[in-house]
Amino acid sequence: MIIACHGLVKRYKDVVAVAGLDLEVSGGECFGLLGPNGAGKTTTVEMLEGLLTPDAGTIEILGMHWATHEHAIRERIGVQLQETKLAEKLTVAEIVTLFRSFYREGHEVEAVLDVVQLGEKRTAWVSKLSGGQRQRLAVACALVADPDILFLDEPTTGLDPQSRRQLWDVVAEFRARGGTIVLTTHYMDEAERLCDRVAVVDHGKVIALGTPKALIASIGAEHVIEFALAEGVVPPEEEALLALPGVREVRTHAGRTSLTVREMHSSLPAVIDELERRGLGMTELVTHQATLEDLFLHLTGRHLRDA
Amino acid sequence: MIGERSPLFQLTLARFREFVRQPETVFWVFAFPLLLAIALGIAFRNRPPDRVRIAIEAGAGADSLAALLSEARGLRVEVLDSSTAARRLRTGRVALVVVPGDPVVYRYDSTRTESHVARLVTDDEVQRAYGRRDVRAVREVKITEKGARYIDFLLPGLLGMNLMGTGLWGVGFAVVSMRVRRLLKRLLASPMRRSHLLLSFAFARLVTVMLEMAVLVGFGILVFGVPFRGSVLTFAVVVLTGSLTFAGLGLLVASRAQTEEGVSGLMNVVMLPMYVLSGSFFSAANFPDVMQPFIKALPLTALNDALRAVMLDGAGLAALALPFAVLVAWMLVSFGVALRIFRWL
Repeated sequence: MIIACHGLVKRYKDVVAVAGLDLEVSGGECFGLLGPNGAGKTTTVEMLEGLLTPDAGTIEILGMHWATHEHAIRERIGVQLQETKLAEKLTVAEIVTLFRSFYREGHEVEAVLDVVQLGEKRTAWVSKLSGGQRQRLAVACALVADPDILFLDEPTTGLDPQSRRQLWDVVAEFRARGGTIVLTTHYMDEAERLCDRVAVVDHGKVIALGTPKALIASIGAEHVIEFALAEGVVPPEEEALLALPGVREVRTHAGRTSLTVREMHSSLPAVIDELERRGLGMTELVTHQATLEDLFLHLTGRHLRDA
Repeated sequence: MIGERSPLFQLTLARFREFVRQPETVFWVFAFPLLLAIALGIAFRNRPPDRVRIAIEAGAGADSLAALLSEARGLRVEVLDSSTAARRLRTGRVALVVVPGDPVVYRYDSTRTESHVARLVTDDEVQRAYGRRDVRAVREVKITEKGARYIDFLLPGLLGMNLMGTGLWGVGFAVVSMRVRRLLKRLLASPMRRSHLLLSFAFARLVTVMLEMAVLVGFGILVFGVPFRGSVLTFAVVVLTGSLTFAGLGLLVASRAQTEEGVSGLMNVVMLPMYVLSGSFFSAANFPDVMQPFIKALPLTALNDALRAVMLDGAGLAALALPFAVLVAWMLVSFGVALRIFRWL
């Protein structure tokens, strides 16, 4: 195991941020911590990064412990923190050169700037960079160490779609060269796209763990039908919907009803027929493949984004 | 450890770059003290002392007394009715009111230097007019010596104040801003040695301090002809010790502050008493004797004393033992406590 932690606990005054968390990450894997804001993801990675000391539990990184081998571990991990603002008046190349100087071994600055597609911005001040460029610079500061493990804490939060894809490319390339990645996110598409395995975290605990495919399959249904009725119209009771062919689960949230179903082609006509028979007009109908979002909803009854 | 790949070199370079790329700090460090020196140099330039205004209360003998006193050097005399004279005395427009008669009455505030001078000059003239004779011949030799002017006193004080301000702000504010931006945390996540970061602040200060001193002292010598009687080496040792002391104080005030506003407030609390007490603009000897031990123990007082001793009196290191002891004590205590209580995250 490249990373192993057991029984991690972290309390802030009377708030328990992490409540007994176990993780194992093997080499060459992209491991995702998926959960809503406040789930304890950042606290968990910062304990793994040796920046926070756990109140209980053990952490092993590359076979070493923080208490005895802090410097050796730091030489071999690359870290991108949530919300670090690098010096505004230094240039891109100056900052990466600075970080390069901290490591005994690592990549050439120019090579890393090419990887994160900031080669053209090498002489630009940080203050002139866009959000996506700043985030790629932060990742460059982590990559310049040529790390064995790359920690990314919500690397694409707040970025536009194009910037997100550019960052995903950087992560995918690091992964393709055999690097191990631990990343936190509250975007289910990011987790599904990048991660080999995902731990779904809520209230400081892992509530589900596996490959994105297996996790989605664990709902027992691969498709979702969502509909909304006109305002004030009472939707059919859950029992009636569950009696329809292939419907596995029914949830109502904010005026929308969401059904997880095994087969779209048999369930969808049945749902439409049922609503028509009752004379209930739909204002919206959406169908999609089940996602990690649906898994989270299935497990907690809440959405990732507004939990 | 040395060379372009050295983390200490890179950290120092980054600090230095951030400093010179900030136009407002460059203004406060270089332009502001110069403007202050020019303004104060003009305001307090050397010139003959003003004539002291006195009033004679109207009445019998007033005019003859006025004629007599108007001959006196250093007095400007007017005859006023008693209520006007009293009001002018109260508001400080005249320094002394003379009531003619026998005895002649001097009405004045004895705690005002100006009034005190007026009383001496007036009395001298009055006594002579009524027949007093000087019993001993005197001879006067007048001098205007460089080093005794206000600007000569002021410039070392401005240097000291500048070293304090840039040391505290340059280190304290930068550290807190790095903490607020989570840059400290990011650096800690790398294998950077903490001592390198702290040393980089000190080294970057040393470089900027050299520039500051060269500009300010050079300006003082060229424009105001301020004397520089000590050795450059002694001066450099004083300046470096002083700047490290204030860098230590900067680190101390920044060691736990969580916001930039918080550290600004703390820094003002530290600096304000020294602005007033430490003899930058006027001699600290003006404060009462009971306060002197406290004032002497302040780092800025020690630095100002040492700078003046080197520049104006040409003192060597041996003569500066006391201010050095004060500065080094502050330096060691500040760094020691700061490192112990420093909050990295």
